[in-house]
Amino acid sequence: MAIQDKEICWVSEPELSFWESTFLPAIAQGLKTTVGHIFDNKTVTQEFPEVKPNLPANFKGVHRLNRDDEGRVKCVACFMCATACPAHCIYIDAAEAPWEDRDKYPERFVIDELKCIYCGMCEEACPCDAIELTSEFDISGQTREEMLYDKDKLLSIFDQTVKLPKDPVRTHGGVLGPASEIVQPMPPGKVPPPLPIISRPANDSSH
Amino acid sequence: MNPLISTLITIGVVLGGVLGGCSYLIWLERKVAAWMQDRVGPNRVGKFGLLQPIADGMKFLLKEDVIPSHVNKVLFLLAPTISVMTTMLALAVVPIGPTTTDSTSWQAMIAPGIDIGIVFIFAVTSLAVYGIILGGWASNNKYSALGSLRASAQVVSYEIPLGMSILGIALLSGSLNLETILQRQAEGGIGSWNIWFQPLAAMIFFTSALAESNRLPFDLPECEQELVGGYHTEYSALKFGMFFLAEYTHVITVSFLMAIMFFGGWNFPWIATPDSHYAGAWIVKFAVLHTKVLACITFVMLLRWTLPRFRFDQLMGLAWKVFIPLSLCNVVCTMFVRQFSLSWWWLLPVSLALVIITGLISMTPSPKRAASPLQH
Repeated sequence: MAIQDKEICWVSEPELSFWESTFLPAIAQGLKTTVGHIFDNKTVTQEFPEVKPNLPANFKGVHRLNRDDEGRVKCVACFMCATACPAHCIYIDAAEAPWEDRDKYPERFVIDELKCIYCGMCEEACPCDAIELTSEFDISGQTREEMLYDKDKLLSIFDQTVKLPKDPVRTHGGVLGPASEIVQPMPPGKVPPPLPIISRPANDSSH
Repeated sequence: MNPLISTLITIGVVLGGVLGGCSYLIWLERKVAAWMQDRVGPNRVGKFGLLQPIADGMKFLLKEDVIPSHVNKVLFLLAPTISVMTTMLALAVVPIGPTTTDSTSWQAMIAPGIDIGIVFIFAVTSLAVYGIILGGWASNNKYSALGSLRASAQVVSYEIPLGMSILGIALLSGSLNLETILQRQAEGGIGSWNIWFQPLAAMIFFTSALAESNRLPFDLPECEQELVGGYHTEYSALKFGMFFLAEYTHVITVSFLMAIMFFGGWNFPWIATPDSHYAGAWIVKFAVLHTKVLACITFVMLLRWTLPRFRFDQLMGLAWKVFIPLSLCNVVCTMFVRQFSLSWWWLLPVSLALVIITGLISMTPSPKRAASPLQH
């Protein structure tokens, strides 16, 4: 459809007043702002190694392998996480479990932390809450091999993080970590956004 | 003292001072920029990051010096050298402290008593554009070439208002020698500083000098968003450092000129006058001059983070349509005052009037584009 004449909006350059056309007040105003910041310096920089950032409780950092109440690895080597992983960074060697309550356990469980995209799909896929993403993010290594985290390393991350207040809360069963107690305070005067209501058409008979 | 030895000492002092000054000015600029943007700035190397310039200098020296295979090697190596050499040469006629007419004593100046002073500075600093053009051309890279083309157009255009703006001062002082210009202001005290008689010229000089030294808001030759790095895209390590040094030295020279030509140099009421002969007066005068220079440099830094960059046609328009006519008018008014021996104070309202007239002229609406037939 062609554009109608009445739909066209003609815009012209705004005319400058006398002071605007000398540009001097604008420069003075700009200088006032910038110099004001020098003397009223509300620094927002977090000096990282000394000051740790306050990350949200559901931050997706490095993985850990959870232990059960007896200190054994929770994982049952079902390969759900490795299947769900979009980056194919999880390698599992399953073996017969030495314990009565499960068939299999992971003999080797390696995550390539360099390949991982930290999407949290493994966590979502895990049927027994064995793998979780912690809020630890400052991992580093000298070589690529160092960044292949094996079962011992992943279990040790559990030991390090299980007592932290930011212990993951995303588990959908079992005992929740301390972070589940964190109540995110709402700023005053703000109402929480309403939950999206997904309504299905009434005549949808597919289910 | 043997004049050769004393000159060599002065050269050493000036060179060392400029190199050290440049590196710490870069530190200051980074700090100022950080404070303005609510950041912290360099604070890792030494207390308050005070050793950062040394670390940066070491980095420039020790980094791998890449010479791309597609460059014209001779010109490529020559360009940063020309840049540094010309800007350093300009400092030769700038008094870095109080000078005397007594030729036997040591002078705070490499070449005292040069009568062509300012002309020499302009002649030499305009050669700096060769460094930029050669650098951009030899790099054999379209971004560098574009940057150097912009630089040459810009520097050549702004040279005219720059030179024109100091003509008024030359007329008032009757000399182009920076020492004489300074001496005339110092003898009259604060009331005879040139800023009162040539405020418009000071503004034009300062702005054109910013453009000459490729500082923001006139940094089109090296605007990172458009040209990667401009004329020094292909340069690395020490050669890049030399371009950087040249740019900063230019800012220092310009600030010295501002302080000496418009703000009375080392003169300050009561504490630093030609009559002050108390012990340490030399040091005080030296400090006053350098405080003025530092204030000017700081103002340049403040402007850098305050004003947005010009568009190229605006840049050219400012030089050719505003500054050149304005500085011509200023020169004519100064000649008039000198010829008819009027009070110099007439020049202050005249300068203001010229600014107001400029504002009024640019306010008059430009001819409208042909109105759309659809509007009526």
